[in-house]
Amino acid sequence: MKSSIIKRFKRDRIYLLLLVPLLLYYALFRYAPMFGIAVSFLDYNLFKGFWASDWVGLKHYNMFINNPDAWNIIRNTLVLGGLKLLFLYPAPIILAILFHEMRWKKYRRFVQTVSYMPFFLSSVVVSSILIMLLSPSTGWINQLIVSLGFEPIYFLQQSEWFRPIYIGSDIWQHVGFGTIIYLAALSSIDPQLYEAAKIDGAGRWKQTLHVTLPGIVPAMVIVFILQIGGILELSFDKAFLLGNTATLETSDIISTYVYRIGILGGSFSYAAAIDLSMAVISFLFIYSANKVSRRVGETSLW
Amino acid sequence: MVKLKRIRLFDVVNFVLLAIVAFASLFPFVHMASVALSSPEYVIRNEVGLWPKGLQWDALTAAVGDERLWIGYRNTLLYVVLGTSISMLVTMLGAYSLSRRNLLLGQPIMMLIVFTIMFNGGMIPFYLVVKSYGLLDTIGAMVLPNAINTFNLIVMRTFFQGIPKEIEESGRIDGLSDIRLLTSIVIPLSKPVLMTIGLFYAVEIWNSFSAALLLLRNPDLYPLQLVIRNLVVVGQAGDVLETTSASGRRVVLESLKYALILLGCLPIIMVYPFIQKHFEQGALIGSVKG
Repeated sequence: MKSSIIKRFKRDRIYLLLLVPLLLYYALFRYAPMFGIAVSFLDYNLFKGFWASDWVGLKHYNMFINNPDAWNIIRNTLVLGGLKLLFLYPAPIILAILFHEMRWKKYRRFVQTVSYMPFFLSSVVVSSILIMLLSPSTGWINQLIVSLGFEPIYFLQQSEWFRPIYIGSDIWQHVGFGTIIYLAALSSIDPQLYEAAKIDGAGRWKQTLHVTLPGIVPAMVIVFILQIGGILELSFDKAFLLGNTATLETSDIISTYVYRIGILGGSFSYAAAIDLSMAVISFLFIYSANKVSRRVGETSLW
Repeated sequence: MVKLKRIRLFDVVNFVLLAIVAFASLFPFVHMASVALSSPEYVIRNEVGLWPKGLQWDALTAAVGDERLWIGYRNTLLYVVLGTSISMLVTMLGAYSLSRRNLLLGQPIMMLIVFTIMFNGGMIPFYLVVKSYGLLDTIGAMVLPNAINTFNLIVMRTFFQGIPKEIEESGRIDGLSDIRLLTSIVIPLSKPVLMTIGLFYAVEIWNSFSAALLLLRNPDLYPLQLVIRNLVVVGQAGDVLETTSASGRRVVLESLKYALILLGCLPIIMVYPFIQKHFEQGALIGSVKG
Protein backbone atom coordinates (compact mmCIF):
# COMPACT_ATOMS: atom_id res chain seq x y z
CA MET A 1 0.00 0.00 0.00
CA LYS A 2 2.58 2.50 1.13
CA SER A 3 4.85 1.87 -1.78
CA SER A 4 1.96 2.41 -4.19
CA ILE A 5 1.28 5.85 -2.71
CA ILE A 6 4.94 6.73 -3.07
CA LYS A 7 4.80 5.41 -6.62
CA ARG A 8 1.76 7.49 -7.41
CA PHE A 9 3.38 10.52 -5.83
CA LYS A 10 6.43 10.01 -7.99
CA ARG A 11 4.31 9.58 -11.08
CA ASP A 12 2.20 12.68 -10.34
CA ARG A 13 4.91 14.90 -8.90
CA ILE A 14 4.90 17.38 -11.80
CA TYR A 15 1.12 17.71 -11.63
CA LEU A 16 1.15 18.14 -7.88
CA LEU A 17 3.78 20.83 -8.29
CA LEU A 18 1.61 22.68 -10.81
CA LEU A 19 -1.24 22.45 -8.34
CA VAL A 20 0.62 24.23 -5.55
CA PRO A 21 -0.34 27.83 -6.46
CA LEU A 22 -4.00 26.89 -6.65
CA LEU A 23 -3.95 25.05 -3.33
CA LEU A 24 -2.16 27.97 -1.72
CA TYR A 25 -4.80 30.32 -3.02
CA TYR A 26 -7.67 28.26 -1.63
CA ALA A 27 -5.90 27.79 1.70
CA LEU A 28 -5.03 31.47 2.14
CA PHE A 29 -8.11 33.21 0.77
CA ARG A 30 -10.97 30.72 1.03
CA TYR A 31 -10.23 28.41 3.95
CA ALA A 32 -8.38 30.81 6.26
CA PRO A 33 -11.44 33.13 6.42
CA MET A 34 -13.59 30.12 7.35
CA PHE A 35 -11.46 29.65 10.43
CA GLY A 36 -11.42 33.39 10.92
CA ILE A 37 -15.09 32.97 11.79
CA ALA A 38 -13.79 32.22 15.27
CA VAL A 39 -13.63 35.98 15.85
CA SER A 40 -17.40 35.86 16.25
CA PHE A 41 -16.87 34.03 19.54
CA LEU A 42 -14.37 36.61 20.78
CA ASP A 43 -14.47 40.22 21.77
CA TYR A 44 -12.10 40.86 18.91
CA ASN A 45 -9.94 43.91 19.26
CA LEU A 46 -7.76 45.06 16.37
CA PHE A 47 -4.97 46.11 18.69
CA LYS A 48 -5.02 43.07 20.94
CA GLY A 49 -5.12 40.74 17.96
CA PHE A 50 -6.65 37.33 17.58
CA TRP A 51 -5.00 35.44 20.44
CA ALA A 52 -5.23 38.10 23.14
CA SER A 53 -8.91 38.96 22.62
CA ASP A 54 -11.36 37.64 25.20
CA TRP A 55 -13.48 34.57 24.53
CA VAL A 56 -17.15 35.47 24.95
CA GLY A 57 -18.91 32.45 23.47
CA LEU A 58 -22.31 33.18 22.00
CA LYS A 59 -22.61 36.74 23.27
CA HIS A 60 -22.66 38.28 19.79
CA TYR A 61 -25.20 35.77 18.54
CA ASN A 62 -27.49 36.65 21.42
CA MET A 63 -26.94 40.31 20.71
CA PHE A 64 -27.95 39.82 17.09
CA ILE A 65 -31.08 37.85 17.92
CA ASN A 66 -32.16 40.45 20.47
CA ASN A 67 -31.44 43.37 18.17
CA PRO A 68 -34.66 44.83 16.73
CA ASP A 69 -32.71 45.67 13.52
CA ALA A 70 -31.95 42.00 13.02
CA TRP A 71 -35.42 41.00 11.90
CA ASN A 72 -35.61 43.98 9.62
CA ILE A 73 -32.46 43.09 7.71
CA ILE A 74 -33.24 39.38 7.59
CA ARG A 75 -36.69 40.20 6.24
CA ASN A 76 -35.23 42.64 3.70
CA THR A 77 -32.73 40.06 2.48
CA LEU A 78 -35.34 37.34 2.14
CA VAL A 79 -37.94 39.59 0.51
CA LEU A 80 -35.45 41.01 -1.98
CA GLY A 81 -34.09 37.55 -2.78
CA GLY A 82 -37.61 36.19 -3.17
CA LEU A 83 -38.69 39.03 -5.43
CA LYS A 84 -35.58 38.55 -7.49
CA LEU A 85 -36.42 34.90 -8.03
CA LEU A 86 -40.05 35.72 -8.77
CA PHE A 87 -39.30 38.31 -11.46
CA LEU A 88 -35.79 37.58 -12.68
CA TYR A 89 -36.36 33.91 -13.24
CA PRO A 90 -39.27 34.02 -15.72
CA ALA A 91 -38.14 37.13 -17.60
CA PRO A 92 -35.38 35.51 -19.74
CA ILE A 93 -37.63 32.52 -20.49
CA ILE A 94 -40.32 34.79 -21.91
CA LEU A 95 -37.80 36.85 -23.86
CA ALA A 96 -36.12 33.73 -25.25
CA ILE A 97 -39.48 32.48 -26.55
CA LEU A 98 -40.13 35.87 -28.14
CA PHE A 99 -36.71 35.68 -29.82
CA HIS A 100 -37.45 32.15 -30.93
CA GLU A 101 -40.76 33.15 -32.49
CA MET A 102 -39.24 36.08 -34.37
CA ARG A 103 -38.98 35.06 -38.01
CA TRP A 104 -37.05 38.11 -39.21
CA LYS A 105 -33.61 36.79 -38.31
CA LYS A 106 -31.63 39.99 -38.78
CA TYR A 107 -33.94 41.94 -36.50
CA ARG A 108 -33.82 39.17 -33.94
CA ARG A 109 -30.02 39.14 -34.03
CA PHE A 110 -29.92 42.91 -33.57
CA VAL A 111 -32.21 42.90 -30.52
CA GLN A 112 -30.27 40.00 -29.03
CA THR A 113 -26.92 41.75 -29.38
CA VAL A 114 -28.25 44.98 -27.94
CA SER A 115 -29.98 43.29 -25.01
CA TYR A 116 -26.83 41.43 -23.92
CA MET A 117 -24.89 44.65 -23.52
CA PRO A 118 -26.13 45.86 -20.10
CA PHE A 119 -24.84 42.60 -18.61
CA PHE A 120 -21.27 43.79 -18.98
CA LEU A 121 -21.74 47.05 -17.13
CA SER A 122 -20.43 47.38 -13.61
CA SER A 123 -22.72 47.80 -10.63
CA VAL A 124 -21.26 51.29 -10.19
CA VAL A 125 -22.19 52.34 -13.72
CA VAL A 126 -25.69 50.87 -13.45
CA SER A 127 -26.30 52.51 -10.09
CA SER A 128 -24.91 55.83 -11.29
CA ILE A 129 -27.17 55.80 -14.34
CA LEU A 130 -30.15 55.01 -12.10
CA ILE A 131 -29.34 57.80 -9.70
CA MET A 132 -29.10 60.23 -12.61
CA LEU A 133 -32.23 59.07 -14.42
CA LEU A 134 -34.30 59.04 -11.22
CA SER A 135 -33.18 62.41 -9.90
CA PRO A 136 -36.27 64.42 -8.86
CA SER A 137 -35.04 67.70 -10.37
CA THR A 138 -33.08 66.72 -13.45
CA GLY A 139 -33.66 63.02 -14.11
CA TRP A 140 -35.29 62.06 -17.36
CA ILE A 141 -37.88 59.83 -15.72
CA ASN A 142 -39.09 62.60 -13.46
CA GLN A 143 -39.18 64.98 -16.42
CA LEU A 144 -41.55 62.55 -18.02
CA ILE A 145 -43.67 62.33 -14.88
CA VAL A 146 -43.82 66.12 -14.57
CA SER A 147 -44.64 66.60 -18.25
CA LEU A 148 -47.61 64.28 -17.77
CA GLY A 149 -48.82 66.63 -15.07
CA PHE A 150 -47.79 64.75 -11.93
CA GLU A 151 -45.57 65.68 -9.01
CA PRO A 152 -41.94 64.51 -9.23
CA ILE A 153 -41.21 61.37 -7.21
CA TYR A 154 -38.21 61.17 -4.86
CA PHE A 155 -37.47 57.60 -5.90
CA LEU A 156 -34.25 57.07 -4.00
CA GLN A 157 -35.44 58.76 -0.82
CA GLN A 158 -38.56 56.66 -0.35
CA SER A 159 -38.18 53.19 1.07
CA GLU A 160 -41.15 51.78 -0.84
CA TRP A 161 -39.36 52.46 -4.12
CA PHE A 162 -36.12 50.66 -3.30
CA ARG A 163 -37.29 47.15 -4.17
CA PRO A 164 -38.95 48.01 -7.50
CA ILE A 165 -35.83 49.95 -8.54
CA TYR A 166 -33.47 47.17 -7.48
CA ILE A 167 -35.47 44.41 -9.17
CA GLY A 168 -36.32 46.48 -12.24
CA SER A 169 -32.72 47.40 -12.92
CA ASP A 170 -31.65 43.80 -12.32
CA ILE A 171 -34.09 42.67 -14.98
CA TRP A 172 -32.82 45.39 -17.32
CA GLN A 173 -29.25 44.26 -16.81
CA HIS A 174 -29.68 40.49 -16.90
CA VAL A 175 -32.71 39.57 -18.99
CA GLY A 176 -30.92 39.58 -22.36
CA PHE A 177 -27.88 37.58 -21.32
CA GLY A 178 -30.10 35.16 -19.44
CA THR A 179 -31.76 34.09 -22.70
CA ILE A 180 -28.58 32.50 -24.09
CA ILE A 181 -28.94 29.20 -22.28
CA TYR A 182 -32.60 28.91 -23.32
CA LEU A 183 -31.88 29.85 -26.92
CA ALA A 184 -29.32 27.07 -27.11
CA ALA A 185 -31.93 24.62 -25.84
CA LEU A 186 -34.51 25.99 -28.27
CA SER A 187 -32.24 25.67 -31.27
CA SER A 188 -31.73 22.00 -30.53
CA ILE A 189 -35.45 21.19 -30.70
CA ASP A 190 -36.10 18.82 -33.58
CA PRO A 191 -37.99 20.74 -36.35
CA GLN A 192 -39.91 17.57 -37.09
CA LEU A 193 -41.71 18.00 -33.79
CA TYR A 194 -43.15 21.27 -35.07
CA GLU A 195 -44.14 19.61 -38.36
CA ALA A 196 -45.84 16.81 -36.49
CA ALA A 197 -47.67 19.30 -34.27
CA LYS A 198 -48.84 21.21 -37.35
CA ILE A 199 -50.16 18.04 -38.94
CA ASP A 200 -52.05 17.36 -35.75
CA GLY A 201 -53.64 20.76 -36.19
CA ALA A 202 -51.74 22.72 -33.53
CA GLY A 203 -51.62 26.50 -34.05
CA ARG A 204 -48.75 28.75 -33.09
CA TRP A 205 -49.86 29.02 -29.50
CA LYS A 206 -50.35 25.27 -29.13
CA GLN A 207 -46.96 24.63 -30.71
CA THR A 208 -45.32 26.94 -28.19
CA LEU A 209 -47.14 25.23 -25.35
CA HIS A 210 -46.50 21.63 -26.40
CA VAL A 211 -43.22 21.72 -28.31
CA THR A 212 -41.24 24.84 -27.40
CA LEU A 213 -41.81 24.86 -23.65
CA PRO A 214 -41.11 21.16 -23.03
CA GLY A 215 -37.91 21.62 -25.05
CA ILE A 216 -36.48 24.06 -22.53
CA VAL A 217 -37.69 22.44 -19.31
CA PRO A 218 -34.29 20.89 -18.46
CA ALA A 219 -32.61 24.29 -18.83
CA MET A 220 -35.35 25.86 -16.74
CA VAL A 221 -34.75 23.35 -13.95
CA ILE A 222 -31.00 23.98 -13.86
CA VAL A 223 -31.38 27.75 -13.81
CA PHE A 224 -34.08 27.55 -11.14
CA ILE A 225 -31.89 25.50 -8.84
CA LEU A 226 -28.95 27.83 -9.39
CA GLN A 227 -31.10 30.83 -8.50
CA ILE A 228 -32.71 29.23 -5.45
CA GLY A 229 -29.25 28.44 -4.16
CA GLY A 230 -28.14 32.01 -4.66
CA ILE A 231 -31.26 33.56 -3.17
CA LEU A 232 -29.37 35.04 -0.23
CA GLU A 233 -26.35 36.04 -2.28
CA LEU A 234 -27.69 39.43 -3.20
CA SER A 235 -25.31 41.89 -4.71
CA PHE A 236 -23.78 43.97 -1.95
CA ASP A 237 -22.78 46.55 -4.54
CA LYS A 238 -26.19 47.66 -5.70
CA ALA A 239 -27.85 47.64 -2.31
CA PHE A 240 -24.93 49.67 -0.97
CA LEU A 241 -24.84 52.14 -3.87
CA LEU A 242 -28.59 52.69 -4.17
CA GLY A 243 -29.55 52.56 -0.51
CA ASN A 244 -29.16 55.45 1.91
CA THR A 245 -30.18 56.36 5.43
CA ALA A 246 -33.63 57.42 4.25
CA THR A 247 -34.40 53.97 2.84
CA LEU A 248 -32.73 51.65 5.36
CA GLU A 249 -36.14 50.25 6.23
CA THR A 250 -36.09 48.29 2.96
CA SER A 251 -32.60 48.71 1.51
CA ASP A 252 -30.58 47.43 4.46
CA ILE A 253 -29.67 43.80 3.73
CA ILE A 254 -27.31 41.47 5.58
CA SER A 255 -24.20 42.39 3.59
CA THR A 256 -24.68 46.16 3.82
CA TYR A 257 -25.43 45.86 7.53
CA VAL A 258 -22.31 43.78 8.12
CA TYR A 259 -20.23 46.32 6.20
CA ARG A 260 -21.63 49.26 8.14
CA ILE A 261 -21.43 47.69 11.59
CA GLY A 262 -18.24 45.69 11.07
CA ILE A 263 -15.94 47.55 8.72
CA LEU A 264 -17.15 51.12 9.29
CA GLY A 265 -18.24 50.70 12.90
CA GLY A 266 -15.42 48.41 13.99
CA SER A 267 -17.63 45.80 15.71
CA PHE A 268 -15.83 42.95 13.99
CA SER A 269 -16.99 40.15 16.24
CA TYR A 270 -20.65 41.13 16.20
CA ALA A 271 -20.64 41.53 12.40
CA ALA A 272 -18.81 38.22 11.95
CA ALA A 273 -21.50 36.49 14.02
CA ILE A 274 -24.14 37.77 11.58
CA ASP A 275 -21.95 36.72 8.66
CA LEU A 276 -21.69 33.18 9.98
CA SER A 277 -25.39 32.83 10.70
CA MET A 278 -26.15 33.86 7.15
CA ALA A 279 -23.44 31.67 5.62
CA VAL A 280 -24.93 28.65 7.38
CA ILE A 281 -28.46 29.40 6.16
CA SER A 282 -27.15 30.06 2.66
CA PHE A 283 -25.26 26.78 2.71
CA LEU A 284 -28.43 24.91 3.63
CA PHE A 285 -30.26 26.57 0.71
CA ILE A 286 -27.63 25.60 -1.85
CA TYR A 287 -27.10 22.14 -0.44
CA SER A 288 -30.76 21.23 -0.40
CA ALA A 289 -31.36 22.78 -3.84
CA ASN A 290 -28.66 20.53 -5.25
CA LYS A 291 -30.02 17.50 -3.39
CA VAL A 292 -33.48 18.10 -4.81
CA SER A 293 -32.12 18.52 -8.33
CA ARG A 294 -30.25 15.26 -8.15
CA ARG A 295 -33.40 13.45 -7.20
CA VAL A 296 -35.78 15.23 -9.57
CA GLY A 297 -33.90 15.86 -12.75
CA GLU A 298 -30.75 13.79 -12.64
CA THR A 299 -29.01 17.09 -13.18
CA SER A 300 -26.91 18.48 -10.41
CA LEU A 301 -24.49 21.33 -10.23
CA TRP A 302 -21.59 19.15 -9.25
CA MET B 1 -43.52 29.01 -56.04
CA VAL B 2 -42.81 31.29 -53.14
CA LYS B 3 -45.07 30.51 -50.28
CA LEU B 4 -46.23 33.65 -48.57
CA LYS B 5 -46.30 33.34 -44.84
CA ARG B 6 -49.21 34.94 -43.13
CA ILE B 7 -48.38 37.73 -40.76
CA ARG B 8 -50.47 37.41 -37.67
CA LEU B 9 -51.29 39.69 -34.83
CA PHE B 10 -48.78 37.87 -32.65
CA ASP B 11 -45.95 38.67 -35.06
CA VAL B 12 -46.77 42.36 -34.84
CA VAL B 13 -46.98 42.26 -31.05
CA ASN B 14 -43.71 40.36 -30.89
CA PHE B 15 -42.03 42.89 -33.15
CA VAL B 16 -43.17 45.73 -30.93
CA LEU B 17 -42.16 43.96 -27.72
CA LEU B 18 -38.68 43.29 -29.03
CA ALA B 19 -38.43 46.89 -30.19
CA ILE B 20 -39.21 47.97 -26.63
CA VAL B 21 -36.51 45.64 -25.31
CA ALA B 22 -33.97 47.07 -27.75
CA PHE B 23 -34.98 50.63 -26.94
CA ALA B 24 -34.78 50.05 -23.19
CA SER B 25 -31.33 48.47 -23.54
CA LEU B 26 -29.97 51.35 -25.59
CA PHE B 27 -31.81 54.34 -24.18
CA PRO B 28 -29.63 54.99 -21.10
CA PHE B 29 -26.48 55.12 -23.24
CA VAL B 30 -27.98 57.40 -25.86
CA HIS B 31 -29.50 59.71 -23.26
CA MET B 32 -26.26 59.77 -21.30
CA ALA B 33 -24.27 60.77 -24.37
CA SER B 34 -26.86 63.40 -25.39
CA VAL B 35 -26.86 65.14 -22.01
CA ALA B 36 -23.08 64.98 -21.80
CA LEU B 37 -22.78 66.68 -25.19
CA SER B 38 -25.55 69.29 -24.87
CA SER B 39 -25.06 72.90 -23.91
CA PRO B 40 -26.07 73.95 -20.38
CA GLU B 41 -29.15 76.02 -21.21
CA TYR B 42 -30.92 72.97 -22.68
CA VAL B 43 -29.77 70.65 -19.91
CA ILE B 44 -30.98 73.04 -17.19
CA ARG B 45 -34.38 73.32 -18.83
CA ASN B 46 -34.53 69.52 -19.03
CA GLU B 47 -35.01 69.59 -22.77
CA VAL B 48 -32.54 66.93 -23.75
CA GLY B 49 -33.95 63.53 -24.60
CA LEU B 50 -32.46 61.33 -27.28
CA TRP B 51 -30.39 63.85 -29.25
CA PRO B 52 -27.87 66.40 -28.04
CA LYS B 53 -29.05 70.00 -28.26
CA GLY B 54 -26.52 72.75 -28.79
CA LEU B 55 -23.70 70.27 -29.29
CA GLN B 56 -20.62 71.12 -27.24
CA TRP B 57 -17.71 69.21 -25.77
CA ASP B 58 -17.06 71.23 -22.61
CA ALA B 59 -18.50 68.69 -20.17
CA LEU B 60 -16.56 65.87 -21.77
CA THR B 61 -13.30 67.84 -21.77
CA ALA B 62 -13.89 68.84 -18.15
CA ALA B 63 -14.41 65.17 -17.26
CA VAL B 64 -11.38 64.07 -19.25
CA GLY B 65 -9.39 66.82 -17.55
CA ASP B 66 -10.05 65.40 -14.08
CA GLU B 67 -6.89 63.86 -12.74
CA ARG B 68 -8.68 61.37 -10.49
CA LEU B 69 -10.27 59.76 -13.53
CA TRP B 70 -6.89 59.09 -15.08
CA ILE B 71 -5.48 57.69 -11.88
CA GLY B 72 -8.49 55.38 -11.87
CA TYR B 73 -7.94 54.37 -15.48
CA ARG B 74 -4.26 53.70 -14.93
CA ASN B 75 -4.91 51.60 -11.82
CA THR B 76 -7.75 49.62 -13.36
CA LEU B 77 -5.65 48.87 -16.42
CA LEU B 78 -2.81 47.67 -14.22
CA TYR B 79 -5.16 45.49 -12.13
CA VAL B 80 -6.80 44.02 -15.23
CA VAL B 81 -3.52 43.10 -16.93
CA LEU B 82 -1.76 41.85 -13.82
CA GLY B 83 -4.85 40.23 -12.31
CA THR B 84 -5.94 38.43 -15.47
CA SER B 85 -2.43 37.07 -15.97
CA ILE B 86 -2.22 35.74 -12.43
CA SER B 87 -5.76 34.35 -12.49
CA MET B 88 -5.27 32.65 -15.84
CA LEU B 89 -1.92 31.13 -14.97
CA VAL B 90 -3.06 29.68 -11.64
CA THR B 91 -6.43 28.53 -13.01
CA MET B 92 -4.81 26.91 -16.03
CA LEU B 93 -2.11 25.03 -14.15
CA GLY B 94 -4.58 23.93 -11.48
CA ALA B 95 -7.23 22.85 -13.98
CA TYR B 96 -4.62 20.93 -15.97
CA SER B 97 -3.48 18.99 -12.91
CA LEU B 98 -7.00 18.35 -11.70
CA SER B 99 -8.03 17.12 -15.15
CA ARG B 100 -5.74 14.09 -14.70
CA ARG B 101 -7.66 10.94 -14.01
CA ASN B 102 -6.66 9.27 -10.74
CA LEU B 103 -4.38 12.09 -9.69
CA LEU B 104 -3.09 11.45 -6.18
CA LEU B 105 -5.60 13.18 -3.82
CA GLY B 106 -7.42 14.55 -6.86
CA GLN B 107 -10.89 13.64 -5.56
CA PRO B 108 -10.62 15.17 -2.07
CA ILE B 109 -8.97 18.32 -3.46
CA MET B 110 -11.82 18.77 -5.90
CA MET B 111 -14.35 18.35 -3.11
CA LEU B 112 -12.62 20.94 -0.97
CA ILE B 113 -12.65 23.38 -3.90
CA VAL B 114 -16.32 22.81 -4.71
CA PHE B 115 -17.20 23.28 -1.04
CA THR B 116 -16.07 26.92 -1.26
CA ILE B 117 -18.94 27.60 -3.68
CA MET B 118 -21.41 26.66 -0.99
CA PHE B 119 -19.77 28.12 2.06
CA ASN B 120 -17.52 31.07 2.70
CA GLY B 121 -16.28 32.91 5.72
CA GLY B 122 -18.03 36.15 4.91
CA MET B 123 -16.91 39.72 4.67
CA ILE B 124 -15.40 40.31 8.11
CA PRO B 125 -13.11 37.26 8.36
CA PHE B 126 -12.11 37.85 4.74
CA TYR B 127 -11.14 41.44 5.56
CA LEU B 128 -9.25 40.44 8.71
CA VAL B 129 -7.37 37.66 6.91
CA VAL B 130 -6.33 39.89 4.01
CA LYS B 131 -5.30 42.52 6.53
CA SER B 132 -3.20 40.02 8.45
CA TYR B 133 -1.28 39.19 5.25
CA GLY B 134 -0.36 42.87 5.02
CA LEU B 135 -2.22 43.25 1.73
CA LEU B 136 -4.43 46.19 2.70
CA ASP B 137 -3.71 49.22 0.56
CA THR B 138 -1.46 47.37 -1.87
CA ILE B 139 -1.79 46.35 -5.51
CA GLY B 140 -1.86 42.79 -4.23
CA ALA B 141 -5.25 43.44 -2.58
CA MET B 142 -6.75 43.95 -6.04
CA VAL B 143 -5.27 40.93 -7.78
CA LEU B 144 -4.81 38.16 -5.20
CA PRO B 145 -7.77 37.69 -2.83
CA ASN B 146 -10.29 37.16 -5.65
CA ALA B 147 -7.86 35.66 -8.15
CA ILE B 148 -9.69 32.39 -8.68
CA ASN B 149 -13.28 32.04 -9.74
CA THR B 150 -14.25 28.49 -8.86
CA PHE B 151 -16.77 28.23 -11.69
CA ASN B 152 -14.10 29.22 -14.21
CA LEU B 153 -11.78 26.60 -12.76
CA ILE B 154 -14.41 23.88 -13.04
CA VAL B 155 -15.31 24.87 -16.61
CA MET B 156 -11.66 24.78 -17.67
CA ARG B 157 -11.06 21.45 -15.97
CA THR B 158 -14.11 19.95 -17.67
CA PHE B 159 -12.85 21.19 -21.00
CA PHE B 160 -9.36 19.75 -20.48
CA GLN B 161 -10.91 16.42 -19.51
CA GLY B 162 -12.73 16.36 -22.82
CA ILE B 163 -9.53 16.37 -24.86
CA PRO B 164 -9.19 12.88 -26.37
CA LYS B 165 -6.68 10.69 -24.62
CA GLU B 166 -5.26 9.48 -27.94
CA ILE B 167 -3.91 12.92 -28.80
CA GLU B 168 -2.09 13.09 -25.49
CA GLU B 169 -0.72 9.59 -25.81
CA SER B 170 0.66 10.29 -29.25
CA GLY B 171 2.35 13.34 -27.75
CA ARG B 172 3.89 11.18 -25.07
CA ILE B 173 5.16 8.71 -27.64
CA ASP B 174 6.85 11.65 -29.33
CA GLY B 175 8.63 12.17 -26.04
CA LEU B 176 6.84 15.27 -24.70
CA SER B 177 7.18 15.94 -21.00
CA ASP B 178 4.13 16.70 -18.81
CA ILE B 179 4.74 20.42 -19.12
CA ARG B 180 5.41 20.37 -22.86
CA LEU B 181 2.19 18.39 -23.19
CA LEU B 182 0.37 21.34 -21.64
CA THR B 183 2.06 24.05 -23.70
CA SER B 184 2.11 22.37 -27.08
CA ILE B 185 -1.01 20.21 -27.08
CA VAL B 186 -3.54 21.11 -24.38
CA ILE B 187 -3.31 24.91 -24.63
CA PRO B 188 -3.50 25.14 -28.44
CA LEU B 189 -6.49 22.81 -28.42
CA SER B 190 -8.28 24.88 -25.77
CA LYS B 191 -7.83 28.34 -27.23
CA PRO B 192 -11.54 29.24 -27.40
CA VAL B 193 -12.24 28.27 -23.80
CA LEU B 194 -9.08 29.99 -22.56
CA MET B 195 -10.04 33.14 -24.46
CA THR B 196 -13.54 33.13 -22.99
CA ILE B 197 -12.42 32.56 -19.43
CA GLY B 198 -9.67 35.16 -19.80
CA LEU B 199 -12.29 37.68 -20.92
CA PHE B 200 -14.55 36.78 -18.01
CA TYR B 201 -11.71 37.39 -15.59
CA ALA B 202 -10.78 40.68 -17.28
CA VAL B 203 -14.34 42.06 -17.22
CA GLU B 204 -14.78 40.88 -13.62
CA ILE B 205 -11.69 42.78 -12.53
CA TRP B 206 -12.59 45.84 -14.62
CA ASN B 207 -16.04 45.99 -13.00
CA SER B 208 -15.09 45.05 -9.45
CA PHE B 209 -16.03 47.60 -6.86
CA SER B 210 -16.58 46.12 -3.40
CA ALA B 211 -13.07 44.66 -3.11
CA ALA B 212 -11.60 48.13 -3.60
CA LEU B 213 -14.12 49.67 -1.20
CA LEU B 214 -13.19 47.09 1.42
CA LEU B 215 -9.44 46.83 0.99
CA LEU B 216 -8.14 50.20 -0.26
CA ARG B 217 -7.83 53.49 1.63
CA ASN B 218 -5.20 55.22 -0.49
CA PRO B 219 -6.81 57.29 -3.30
CA ASP B 220 -3.73 56.76 -5.48
CA LEU B 221 -4.66 53.07 -5.72
CA TYR B 222 -8.39 53.52 -6.39
CA PRO B 223 -9.63 51.67 -9.47
CA LEU B 224 -11.89 53.41 -11.97
CA GLN B 225 -15.15 52.07 -10.49
CA LEU B 226 -14.41 53.48 -7.06
CA VAL B 227 -13.42 56.82 -8.62
CA ILE B 228 -16.67 56.98 -10.61
CA ARG B 229 -18.66 56.11 -7.51
CA ASN B 230 -16.97 58.84 -5.48
CA LEU B 231 -17.46 61.42 -8.20
CA VAL B 232 -21.03 60.56 -9.20
CA VAL B 233 -22.75 58.80 -6.28
CA VAL B 234 -20.98 60.56 -3.42
CA GLY B 235 -20.97 63.74 -5.48
CA GLN B 236 -17.34 64.83 -5.46
CA ALA B 237 -17.80 65.82 -9.10
CA GLY B 238 -19.08 69.18 -7.84
CA ASP B 239 -15.59 70.49 -7.23
CA VAL B 240 -14.75 70.07 -10.91
CA LEU B 241 -17.35 72.72 -11.70
CA GLU B 242 -15.49 75.39 -9.75
CA THR B 243 -12.34 74.91 -11.78
CA THR B 244 -14.23 74.87 -15.07
CA SER B 245 -16.23 77.98 -14.27
CA ALA B 246 -12.97 79.70 -13.34
CA SER B 247 -11.63 78.89 -16.78
CA GLY B 248 -14.75 80.37 -18.40
CA ARG B 249 -16.28 77.16 -19.68
CA ARG B 250 -19.94 76.50 -19.11
CA VAL B 251 -20.57 73.09 -17.67
CA VAL B 252 -23.51 71.85 -15.62
CA LEU B 253 -23.16 69.11 -13.05
CA GLU B 254 -25.56 66.79 -14.81
CA SER B 255 -23.64 66.81 -18.09
CA LEU B 256 -20.39 66.38 -16.24
CA LYS B 257 -21.65 63.38 -14.28
CA TYR B 258 -23.02 61.71 -17.41
CA ALA B 259 -19.71 62.34 -19.15
CA LEU B 260 -17.92 60.65 -16.24
CA ILE B 261 -20.21 57.60 -16.25
CA LEU B 262 -19.81 57.36 -20.01
CA LEU B 263 -16.05 57.39 -19.70
CA GLY B 264 -16.37 54.71 -17.03
CA CYS B 265 -18.06 52.23 -19.35
CA LEU B 266 -16.71 53.36 -22.72
CA PRO B 267 -13.96 50.72 -23.00
CA ILE B 268 -16.45 47.92 -22.33
CA ILE B 269 -18.93 49.34 -24.86
CA MET B 270 -16.16 49.70 -27.42
CA VAL B 271 -14.78 46.18 -27.17
CA TYR B 272 -18.22 44.64 -26.67
CA PRO B 273 -18.95 43.95 -30.39
CA PHE B 274 -15.68 42.04 -30.70
CA ILE B 275 -15.94 39.95 -27.59
CA GLN B 276 -19.67 39.29 -27.66
CA LYS B 277 -19.30 35.91 -29.36
CA HIS B 278 -16.88 34.67 -26.74
CA PHE B 279 -19.23 35.62 -23.95
CA GLU B 280 -22.09 33.84 -25.60
CA GLN B 281 -19.96 30.72 -25.70
CA GLY B 282 -18.92 31.33 -22.13
CA ALA B 283 -22.50 31.50 -20.93
CA LEU B 284 -23.07 28.14 -22.57
CA ILE B 285 -20.05 26.22 -21.35
CA GLY B 286 -20.62 27.76 -17.95
CA SER B 287 -24.00 26.12 -17.81
CA VAL B 288 -22.67 22.67 -18.57
CA LYS B 289 -22.28 20.56 -15.51
CA GLY B 290 -18.77 20.64 -14.07
